[in-house]
Amino acid sequence: MMMMMMMQRLRRSEEFIRFGFTSLINLRPNKNSVSRSLSGFVNHYDTKGKLFESKNGNHYNTELHHRCLGKNLGMLQQYKCFGSSSASQIERNPLFSSLDSKDVSYFKEILGDKNVVEDEERLETANTDWMQKYKGSSKLMLLPKNTEEVSQILQYCDSRRLAVVPQGGNTGLVGGSVPVFDEVIINVGLMNKVLAFDEVSGVLVCEAGCILENLATFLDTKGFIMPLDLGAKGSCHIGGNVSTNAGGLRLIRYGSLHGTVLGLEAVTANGNVLDMLGTLRKDNTGYDLKHLFIGSEGSLGIVTKVSILTQPKLSSVNLAFIACKDYLSCQKILVEAKRNLGEILSAFEFLDSNSMDLVLNHLDGVRNPVSSTENFYILIETTGSDETNDREKLEAFLLKSLEKGLVSDGVIAQDINQASSFWRIREGITEALQKAGAVYKYDLSLPVEEIYNIVNDLRGRLGDLANVMGYGHLGDGNLHLNISAANYNDKLLGLIEPYVYEWTSKHRGSISAEHGLGVMKANEIFYSKSPETVAIMASIKKLLDPKGILNPYKVLPHSLISH
Amino acid sequence: MNTPSLFISGGLNLPPPEIKICFCSLFFYFFSFCCYRAMKILVAVKRVVDYAVKIRVKPDKTGVDTQNVKMSMNPFCEIALEEALRIREAGFAKEVVAVSIGPSQCVDTLRTGLAMGADRGIHVETNSSFLPLTIAKILKSLAEVENPGLIFLGKQAIDDDCNQTGQMVAALLGWPQATFASKVVLDKDKHVATVDREVDGGLETLCVELPAVITTDLRLNQPRYASLPNIMKAKSKPIKKMTVQDLKVDVKSDIEILEVTEPPKRKSGVMVSSVDELIDKLRNEAHVF
Repeated sequence: MMMMMMMQRLRRSEEFIRFGFTSLINLRPNKNSVSRSLSGFVNHYDTKGKLFESKNGNHYNTELHHRCLGKNLGMLQQYKCFGSSSASQIERNPLFSSLDSKDVSYFKEILGDKNVVEDEERLETANTDWMQKYKGSSKLMLLPKNTEEVSQILQYCDSRRLAVVPQGGNTGLVGGSVPVFDEVIINVGLMNKVLAFDEVSGVLVCEAGCILENLATFLDTKGFIMPLDLGAKGSCHIGGNVSTNAGGLRLIRYGSLHGTVLGLEAVTANGNVLDMLGTLRKDNTGYDLKHLFIGSEGSLGIVTKVSILTQPKLSSVNLAFIACKDYLSCQKILVEAKRNLGEILSAFEFLDSNSMDLVLNHLDGVRNPVSSTENFYILIETTGSDETNDREKLEAFLLKSLEKGLVSDGVIAQDINQASSFWRIREGITEALQKAGAVYKYDLSLPVEEIYNIVNDLRGRLGDLANVMGYGHLGDGNLHLNISAANYNDKLLGLIEPYVYEWTSKHRGSISAEHGLGVMKANEIFYSKSPETVAIMASIKKLLDPKGILNPYKVLPHSLISH
Repeated sequence: MNTPSLFISGGLNLPPPEIKICFCSLFFYFFSFCCYRAMKILVAVKRVVDYAVKIRVKPDKTGVDTQNVKMSMNPFCEIALEEALRIREAGFAKEVVAVSIGPSQCVDTLRTGLAMGADRGIHVETNSSFLPLTIAKILKSLAEVENPGLIFLGKQAIDDDCNQTGQMVAALLGWPQATFASKVVLDKDKHVATVDREVDGGLETLCVELPAVITTDLRLNQPRYASLPNIMKAKSKPIKKMTVQDLKVDVKSDIEILEVTEPPKRKSGVMVSSVDELIDKLRNEAHVF
């Protein structure tokens, strides 16, 4: 019966296509000129999902996107381009209202004409994620300037039951920052003021729309640094970082945002402003609710202000780029580094030879710092207050490792320029992957000794079909597993998922170390969390957002959240 | 001091022509061969505020704030050292000597140079900050002691942008100079260096007889990184300490820095509401007409 209904709907959509909605096809910017294949979603936990596999044979015109053609269409279907194979075919929740002109005029009243965006070009970028994998069809973007306005918007949307998507820098990698259907986009980019900075305690209070790099530059003049640093720093907002509990390169030294964020201000779905903007290091009064919002990916509330503990900028930063023959040496070096470099260790990253080749081939002005090509490369950064002392420590550690045979070759950066060129290699892998064609991206937390086993296993499994790369924050046990192929195709996807998730689950790892669940892994949470815990998560979501308007279809499994 | 030149110029009181020519040419060839093989390259390296650091002027306006800022080797000096190393590796020279003039921390810069591959270092220790002419005099004295066949310097230092030291050293020594080098080719037999220089109009090719002074420009080469094995070897390479008194140099400067200030902050543009206002501003504020 379900099957019949689905086929009916598909046939109807075909009719619409044939009757001249060809203009819709050209909406998608063809930036990567990569052929994208359709994939229906398959939910492992729902046996009904098996029925949908036959759908994969029907490859529709991939450029097609249905816009909301009025209430006649009933179910609006979203064909995810080369997305994950997971999740049941997402259907637009019929309980959500659709936007009408009254809503738009109300928003214009609150925000002013300029900050209500209906312009198609701007919506185009706001609707598409950084990886160009997910695209929504929102018709409205709102740019509030302060918490008041956010509160008013949410209050109204809640009363009207309009779904919303909070958006920051839109640099997320799991489709969590773009609409799935026609949700209203609330972009906090205009809320970019630094509110206060205490030079004694190092506590920075700022609005959620501040770009991370701008904050870092501001702090630099005061002699402080942000406790987090990631490749997307030029575009990502601190509000987004907090909402996704971003990790980054400095986690090994300064810890996660759960530790460094001292307070935040968030607006819940019904417009309630929760002022948890403490600037105190210690405050044991009641349940610490801010932790719920950190990492909730905008599904429990919109973060509007952040209070974060920054670190003094230490003068002596040293960076070494070393090459090792095998993964066992990498692990031993990690152990030795933690012991010998101890308090000055501030970053420990690794990349394999495939990643290095990719970067050298696709990025300009990059050269391999080490003269020989090895199987693994490690970046070790130390930050301390005594230049000579740190230098000697690092050199002594590396020379000892060289003698023991753990390190086959290495270089130490002599000035900031050389250091940036080393970092460019590690931070440029993501960019190089985008240029190389289609990429399937996974972000896994695994026990350190298992990290490279999954790369090898997957390589064996995929053979010549694709190029498997492993790199990441070895110091935190976080692997960024990337599979690069010329084109997206379902056969490849079928070989990768759910194999990767099952492998991770078997070793009690996390299927999403720092990227979050977004829409990509919304239904995969059970690989890393027990049903009981997820059930409680669903009740908390219901408590804070009863109508489910905040970032729907994401983070938690659809079966638990839906009507 | 330039012993090879004696032979080149043909000598003074000479025995009968045939024997002399034979003898001379043999000697000349042998000596030049020896000389070339024994050729030393002196590279002057300067410790400056790192290129990537945002500099600030000290509140008392006496100079730039160098406390707690990252210092490293001047980028052009790195290029100069790299070129010297490549020449040695090609077999044209035997030894590369790095020299730095400044406070005790200059040793770090010299260690970097040794880690890149220089054979030994010379540190002329002084706590005063010298201007190019004084540096040139010191380098001249050093050249008279060390007898290099080539002196390499960076075209300018990124802290003062003077672009004077190389030229002054050449003049004091009476040696030819090739500045802003973007390509250096040595000729083993003819004892000359062919240097492509980057000038305003394009590239100029000069042929200079050795010994000579060459200053390096950005596109000459890409300096190598300090590898771990070289860092290990560098620990045992010698750094000789000297003072300006040892070199008998007069360091009195005839230039005194009065004040260092930041350039005026760029003012933001002004929107005018009418053509009349524009004309008024152009005439009365910008004084264009």
